[in-house]
Amino acid sequence: MRDTRANRLLFQIGAVLFALLVTVLVLFLAGAQPFAAYKYIVLGALGSWDVVTNVLVSWVPLLLATSGLLVTFTVGLWNIGIEGQITLGAVFTTWAMRLLQDSGWNPTLILVLALLAGILGGTLWALLAGVLRTFGGVNEIFGGLGLNFVATALNIWLIFGPWKRPGVASMSGTLPFDRALWMPIAAGSSRLTPATLVMAVVGIIAVYAMIEGTYFGLRLKAVGKNPKAAYILGIPTWQNMMASFAICGVFAGLAGAVQVTAVYHRLIPSISSGYGYLGLMVALLVGYRASLAAPVALFFAALNVGSIQLPIILKLDSSLAGVLQGTLVLFVMLGNGIRARLIKKGT
Amino acid sequence: MQVEVRGITKCFGAVRANDDISFTVPSATIEGILGENGAGKSTLMKILSGFYRPDSGDILLDGKKVEIDDPADAIRQGIGMLHQDPLDFPPLKVIDDFLLGKRGGLLPRRRAVIREFNELAARFDFSIDPESYVDTLTVGERQQLEILRLLWLGARVLILDEPTTGISLPQKEKLFATLKKLAAEGMTVLFVSHKLEDVESLCNRATVLRQGRLVGTMEPPFDTKALVGMMFGKEVPQEPKAQPRMGGTVLHARQVDLEGIRIQIKGVDLKVRAGEVIGLAGMEGSGQTLFLSACAGLAQPVQGSFCLDEEEKDMTGRTYHEFRKRGVAYLPAARLEQALIPGLTLTEHFILAEGMKGFFIDRKKSEELARRRISLFNIKGRPDSPVESLSGGNQQRALLALMRDPLKLILVEHPTRGLDIESTIYIWGKLKERCAHGTAIVFISSDLDEILKYSDRVLVFFAGKVTPPLDARTLSVERLGRLIGGKDWDRLETEAAHA
Repeated sequence: MRDTRANRLLFQIGAVLFALLVTVLVLFLAGAQPFAAYKYIVLGALGSWDVVTNVLVSWVPLLLATSGLLVTFTVGLWNIGIEGQITLGAVFTTWAMRLLQDSGWNPTLILVLALLAGILGGTLWALLAGVLRTFGGVNEIFGGLGLNFVATALNIWLIFGPWKRPGVASMSGTLPFDRALWMPIAAGSSRLTPATLVMAVVGIIAVYAMIEGTYFGLRLKAVGKNPKAAYILGIPTWQNMMASFAICGVFAGLAGAVQVTAVYHRLIPSISSGYGYLGLMVALLVGYRASLAAPVALFFAALNVGSIQLPIILKLDSSLAGVLQGTLVLFVMLGNGIRARLIKKGT
Repeated sequence: MQVEVRGITKCFGAVRANDDISFTVPSATIEGILGENGAGKSTLMKILSGFYRPDSGDILLDGKKVEIDDPADAIRQGIGMLHQDPLDFPPLKVIDDFLLGKRGGLLPRRRAVIREFNELAARFDFSIDPESYVDTLTVGERQQLEILRLLWLGARVLILDEPTTGISLPQKEKLFATLKKLAAEGMTVLFVSHKLEDVESLCNRATVLRQGRLVGTMEPPFDTKALVGMMFGKEVPQEPKAQPRMGGTVLHARQVDLEGIRIQIKGVDLKVRAGEVIGLAGMEGSGQTLFLSACAGLAQPVQGSFCLDEEEKDMTGRTYHEFRKRGVAYLPAARLEQALIPGLTLTEHFILAEGMKGFFIDRKKSEELARRRISLFNIKGRPDSPVESLSGGNQQRALLALMRDPLKLILVEHPTRGLDIESTIYIWGKLKERCAHGTAIVFISSDLDEILKYSDRVLVFFAGKVTPPLDARTLSVERLGRLIGGKDWDRLETEAAHA
């Protein structure tokens, strides 16, 4: 077989069909009407302006996480620690907000400082994974996984300890911030915050431009594809890896900050909402191409939001979205694998 | 067991690694398999031990045609292979390593097996504690363990690939005694080596391969000169070489000791001067690559120092990038693994190597640069060709085109390996052009003709030993071949003592 655009598309369409088929099977096994389930997912994601804005609210942190991961994937790193980096972003943001909420400063200034604090938190946590890898010989997957647990523990401890609600600590998180310190919400919507939408869109465009158009991006690609040869060509390897950890940390920290300032308005135990892991799936699905990240992330966000209604209407668990997302990624990667084998055989 | 191969042919792409090889080894024989690197020895042994399947040809054991599916199948049929790097499991205990590969039975009968292990070890006078860990053993002991394991699994043919590299002299003597004892009991031994001395003292017969073909078989007494002739081909008439114009020192290696994974080099002393070409000869794995990479800061010496330039700037312990800034370039032999980046285009390589300034990539300027280099170095490819789509010769040209100006020292591993004549001549033309401008070149090659034709001086490596620089104009192919095979080294020392 030859490597053509046509058969690549064919394999991708095939992967989507297979993923739908597997999900249908799962639904049958659960005793549900597959088409009803799909219908309610579509309605749940696109049925009204309100649910559409909910999709966008979910899209922002997912796209931010994906943007960061595209940078680490480009340099050949599996930054699974992004969950912890999002959490630390949220923790630092909450810390800054708590520090400044009674200062009487301009709310916009406080929000900007809080976002910067979140970026700082995410970056530091990412650099920690980088230092462990570069100087400690700890693979970034293991280091990141360990740091994720530490971040969750730290978060829980803060919520149930130093930052607990007056009176009794609660799983529902810290005390919500004053409305004046919420990220401004668009008129006619209950949750959509235009400022964060702009950040996510600018972010992915910046990542795309950086990877495809700058000398720095090319160096990252070189290190990612062949670190040995890159070194022989005179490209510093660990320094570029650290830089991409830091950039991913910026995006992850910002995602965490958005979760606190624009979505929950407080720190909750599962503040990262799994957007880091979901971002890994999006990055895998688009084959690390920044140009496709935004629409695929939007699709994943729509699946997440669309399936929220399933437990109420069809008595199905909302994790159905996860089944569909997971099988989709698996089949696309399987398709790529089979295609690569066929192409190799053909030559 | 009698081993016979008939018309074995195996191709890798366009390369015929084995070309219609036929021979018979009777049982109770120790057969030496000789040949230079790339002669096809390892391929043939891997076919016999089930790693590869031949494209055509048959294998006969005791006169019966057999099919060998994989290494496990090979040992079931009685063929055991001892690899150059022992294929064992360093984190395991000796006895567990020994048990691996035994078929059948869910629970190993450890106690009984330990008894059998000890009995077997005693027969050959090996002393290995079955409860110790494999990674505490020396290379020689790990070899002994592998031999015991293969015997226990029922090997009646033993293949040994370069077994005397990296083991001590007493261990080598013990190994040879063991092999002789085994052969006397009817074992067939195929002993792959490039060390003439080992083959001469151990083997009942020697078969020589060259460029994938069987060139001859010899029985003792062995005629070293004839063996060298068979291994390396006829002596080529040499063109008279002009006295090189040599300038000041570019690199000074002072009493350098190096330690690699399997090799140690002691006390290399070398002054490389501007404009000269130094060839590093020797069988692969004799320490040349280690030495060459240390010259570029890619490996660090345990003793001694590397200095650059006339002012003897001490660079010991510095990184390759610091050597690079001072005009040293390193060209690895594994082009697609270590030198080029598959997935990136030629243009992207030129951009990276050039270290262009600015933030956004200047597409127009970089494409112009690529076009210029492509035509200057006669590369068959377009600026947007991915490097992996180029042929080997064009990849090598691209590597040369990636080198910056000016350079003081170029270190090249196998500059023309796998290339056709046209590319070879072209590559050396470009390298010599650099020399004319005062760049020094140090290169590794396993091709004796290449070493003699292009070098001004030659260093021969053998099992970690290094000759003093030899004048290429007075060096014959035969002498070089003998040195590479480990002969005449004592004479070299007495010569040096008299000089």
